[in-house]
Amino acid sequence: MTNRKTWLYFIPYGLWLALFVIAPVALIIYQSFFDLGHHFTVANYGTYFQSATYLKMTLNSVWYAFLITLFTVLISYPTAYFLHQLKHRQFWLLLVILPTWINILLKAYAFIGIFSQAGLANQFLTFIGIGPQQILFTNASFIFVATYIQIPFMILPIFNALDDLNPAFINASKDLGASAWQTFHRVIFPLTLPGVKAGVQAVFIPSLSLFMLTRLIGGNKVITLGTAIEEHFLTTMNWGMGSTIGVVLIVAMIIVMTLTGDQKPKGGTPR
Amino acid sequence: MKRHLANSYLVLVFIILYAPILFLIVYSFSQGDTMTNYHGFTWRHYQTLFSDARMLAIVANTLLVALLSSLIATFIGTLGALSINRTTKRVTRESLLTLNNVLMVSPDVIIGASFLIFFTMLKIPLGFGSVLMSHIAFEIPIVVLMVLPRLREMSTSMLDAAQDLGATTRQLLSRVIIPFISPGIFAGFFMALTYSLDDFAVTFFVTGNGFSTLSVEIYSRARQGINLEINALSGVMFLFSLLLVGGYYWIQQASQKRKHRKREVVS
Repeated sequence: MTNRKTWLYFIPYGLWLALFVIAPVALIIYQSFFDLGHHFTVANYGTYFQSATYLKMTLNSVWYAFLITLFTVLISYPTAYFLHQLKHRQFWLLLVILPTWINILLKAYAFIGIFSQAGLANQFLTFIGIGPQQILFTNASFIFVATYIQIPFMILPIFNALDDLNPAFINASKDLGASAWQTFHRVIFPLTLPGVKAGVQAVFIPSLSLFMLTRLIGGNKVITLGTAIEEHFLTTMNWGMGSTIGVVLIVAMIIVMTLTGDQKPKGGTPR
Repeated sequence: MKRHLANSYLVLVFIILYAPILFLIVYSFSQGDTMTNYHGFTWRHYQTLFSDARMLAIVANTLLVALLSSLIATFIGTLGALSINRTTKRVTRESLLTLNNVLMVSPDVIIGASFLIFFTMLKIPLGFGSVLMSHIAFEIPIVVLMVLPRLREMSTSMLDAAQDLGATTRQLLSRVIIPFISPGIFAGFFMALTYSLDDFAVTFFVTGNGFSTLSVEIYSRARQGINLEINALSGVMFLFSLLLVGGYYWIQQASQKRKHRKREVVS
């Protein structure tokens, strides 16, 4: 191929990288140094780190994201594991993915109906004798719906990790006299850990920023980092402070990525 | 016994996964106005939906943005994958891939907020154009990720053969490379389409006042409370995504079969 001409093909992609990847990240960092009067300042960071409200909100957001991720893993791992043993597993996997094709807002809307005063959940509670409760606009309902939405994104990477697992290892473990639990605990789980990590990456970071759920389901009781950013950008128009929280979110993202990234040695040892 | 337990667990998970969706659809046929008691069958909400000019315009907008952005993103993404594949230095390649994945891992809110700053600084009016550009932007990386593996599978001897036989760069691309990587391109296009149809947060930030997509519209209507027209809408959308998933599955199966057949011929 002539090198003279082929670099032309790179232009659209290169432009995209410059304009929509590098520039926006740079802009959000730049914007975080401006206050409401467009003066260059570090006051936003000062406010953020000195204000108990902001720090508490951040901690809360991280805590909720942690809970959501934890519940998602607890539900998804057995699901992926059992699913993988089925005969037509690719078909069943497709059925797991199908709900993710339904718009997330429609799913949230469904839960507004299910959790409402006279909704399905309360009818069930009345039926088993507990009586109707306030379900919608509670922290528990927020965690439930967020977990519901994230489950497929956790099942998928774990399923793929199970698929990559060489069955010879399991047979070897059994031949060497390991019990079913030992095989799982010592062989299957460690070898599928990369899948869990990938799932945590796919679930934890979005959970920090699910602002529509906090509004529709959480009734604004839970404020996540995402809710705070949305509020600063679109309601109070304080873009500087919004960007500052955005930078905090980016930093949180980088931390999560490094913690869950695969630490394979850079020498090409066979995995 | 164990098998039983596993199966009942799976059944439970599937019930939880599908209950809300079925719940929505069931109530789209209810004569009442709330999602609490089923009042008998009616097509009324579907009639309301299909005579709601505003909603239909928004559906058309959403589909237009999705199709147009996916086409453009597929084009740019494929070119990007071709260029990444051609890099010889490991460092360049890794840094290009890292940059490519920035938008894949960034939270929607960050993408939306930073694009909003970007458009405002460049004085680009918020509306159809800004939404379209944002959708193209966040769809490109997934196209690249879908096309790259196919490019890697391509053997260099095939390219060398084509060149030895006198193919120009253009012919090489249109006759050899593109046909070979087309399953990846299709997969990328489908994923881009889903990303676009599914997006709420980014669109919400960059949409301005005049223009709206389905997600944004559902959000503002859901905040006002229950309206069974939305249920009818979800019924239609569920059918639509079933068709899309079916189409995607069919394409994948077909390409896998072709692969198998080729292998059989080879061996």
